Amino acid sequence: MATLQQQQQRRDRIRLALLLTPGLLWLLLFFALPLVIIFIYSFMTNDALGRVVYEPTLNNYVTIFTQSLYVNAYWRSIWTSVLTTVICLLIGYPLAVFIARSPQQWRMPLLMLILIPFWTNFLVRIYAWQIILANNGIINGLLEIIGIGRLPLLNNEGATLVGLIYGELPFMVLPLYAAIDRFDFTLMEAAADLGANKVQAFLRIMLPMTMPGIVAGSVLVFIPTLGQFVVSELLGGAKVDYLGNLIQRLFLRANPINWPLGSAMAVLMMLVLLVLIMMYFRVTSEEER
Amino acid sequence: MSDSIAIELRDVVKRFGDVIAVDHVNLQIRDGEFFSLLGPSGCGKTSTLRMIAGFELPTAGSILIHGREMGITPPHLRPVNTVFQSYALFPHMTVAQNVAFGLEMRKKPKDEIARQVKEALELVRLSGLEERRPRQLSGGQQQRVALARALVNHPEVLLLDEPLGALDQKLRKEMQLELKSLQARVGITFVFVTHDQEEALTMSDRIAVMNKGKLLQVGTPTEIYERPNCRFVADFIGETNFIDGVVIGRDGNYTVLETPEGLRFRGLATRPLSDGTAVTYSIRPEKVRLLAPNGELPPNGLAGTVMTVNYIGSDTRITVRINDRRTIDIWEQNTRSTLDRDEYWQPGEAAVIVCPPDNALVLSE
Ligand SMILES: Nc1ncnc2c1ncn2[C@@H]1O[C@H](COP(=O)(O)OP(=O)(O)OP(=O)(O)O)[C@@H](O)[C@H]1O
Ligand SMILES: [Mg+2]
Repeated sequence: MATLQQQQQRRDRIRLALLLTPGLLWLLLFFALPLVIIFIYSFMTNDALGRVVYEPTLNNYVTIFTQSLYVNAYWRSIWTSVLTTVICLLIGYPLAVFIARSPQQWRMPLLMLILIPFWTNFLVRIYAWQIILANNGIINGLLEIIGIGRLPLLNNEGATLVGLIYGELPFMVLPLYAAIDRFDFTLMEAAADLGANKVQAFLRIMLPMTMPGIVAGSVLVFIPTLGQFVVSELLGGAKVDYLGNLIQRLFLRANPINWPLGSAMAVLMMLVLLVLIMMYFRVTSEEER
Repeated sequence: MSDSIAIELRDVVKRFGDVIAVDHVNLQIRDGEFFSLLGPSGCGKTSTLRMIAGFELPTAGSILIHGREMGITPPHLRPVNTVFQSYALFPHMTVAQNVAFGLEMRKKPKDEIARQVKEALELVRLSGLEERRPRQLSGGQQQRVALARALVNHPEVLLLDEPLGALDQKLRKEMQLELKSLQARVGITFVFVTHDQEEALTMSDRIAVMNKGKLLQVGTPTEIYERPNCRFVADFIGETNFIDGVVIGRDGNYTVLETPEGLRFRGLATRPLSDGTAVTYSIRPEKVRLLAPNGELPPNGLAGTVMTVNYIGSDTRITVRINDRRTIDIWEQNTRSTLDRDEYWQPGEAAVIVCPPDNALVLSE
């Protein structure tokens, strides 16, 4: 005979299962299944018409590792994502500290200011950046007036970076703000009281204690940046290939389209993400110790 | 106790916008002293302490630590350590790491740090908890870690901002004694902030009473309790009977005052008062004596009627009405251990109260 406690535990488990089933089914159908399909496709062959031929091969992976077009795209995307993440962190941290240290009644308005751009469509905002950076755009107009002359601001990797940082910054600031807002600044006084200067107090106390925010923000910025293709197309002028652009092209526009190769690229991208993020967690959790 | 001065405040003012948190405070704290800053909430105790620690700078005036003018010296370069009211332990570090922090900042060698941390934890009786995190400790244990973390640096002065405020009554009493004996052992000057007068009386060598940013009186617990220099101090420390009146003359050592209804009281004045000065007569309930009437009034005696009798174990608290607008509180120690309360004072009974003038004060303002 089950005890009352066991009975209750059983009932709780059944309820939990009922609550979770729809969500699990959804994930299985629309998340896990496509992943499996992509994984399988990545080992298939392509025919001249762009159709998937069910003939197992490792050629797709070989191509990616041997042709500089693909290798470079990986490096370029990783490097750009790292740069975007680091710059977002360097801008976002002081910004989050500033907001968290503002008088209570200012914090929400300031956070709203950061969020307001999200009320418009991302593409519209990126087009706005085109207008700002274009040869006959706002900045160049100003540069002309003050006599510096027009500079090629649009359609290069710098423009891509600017757009990425602009787009991702809120995803860095919000988790950082959450972490810093929870941080008790008395601890900084305690550190100073014990002989730590500002830098030491920051490195030993505030940095490790706000690390969850840093990790969350960095991951939130890094992941979408690695696979992005819109910004590099619209602001970078599609002059160089980023991972996202290549994958998008292989799936939609190449002649012939090549889903197996695109799938292999996507699978490798996920692997890269997994490895990088695990390394990142390892490093940051060590710092915390 | 040596007579050299550990901390000196010279005419210190601290303003926050329109608020004057600390108002022209002059104060000398001696080396090795257990010194308390006592006052009601918002009177400027924390502000004073924070200025000594260097977290705030005085709006005017100067602060000296062992004769050295502190000026704008930042907190990490001042020879003082603080025990915060919230303890402010570093939650991501173990107890040992917390205690080691100050020594690491001073770049002490590793083995010496280990030795001193061990000693400090022994001092506060926390050996064995080195590897715990602060959140795994009870309030009293956290309090001790905060203490060890500060003391391990051998500061010239230890500043404590209501360190016992978060503890329950019993633990608080225990820690009071422990803190006091710890201070005696390490010989470091303690500046202790509290709004609990009993705590200040038990622990301190000297007490400074503050109100509204002003320093009202500095003295030993006995001086503060027995000879408060103003109405506020008499009221804030312990309980007392206040009777307002005006000075009508002197009688030997005593100053005589008269109430509007013509009663006369005699007591000690802390400063010479001219006739006609409005004053407050103050006598502590335990100093008033209660007698059975026997026909004539003794010197300093007044006839009255017992109103209430409250037995509270160690004392009996009696209220006596002396006329239709005045009552006097009297505390009698229950030295005559008797279970038969019928033997004792009864409400409605006639009685005579005696106010010995040596234990009564005449306070101006
Ligand atoms: N940072 C600040 N900004 C504005 N006003 C302040 C600030 N710190 C203190 N005050 C004001 O200064 C006065 C004294 O404050 P303080 O904290 O020194 O009091 P306290 O004696 O420690 O009180 P408590 O017993 O409540 O801790 C109060 O009126 C307080 O509101
Ligand atoms: Mg305070």
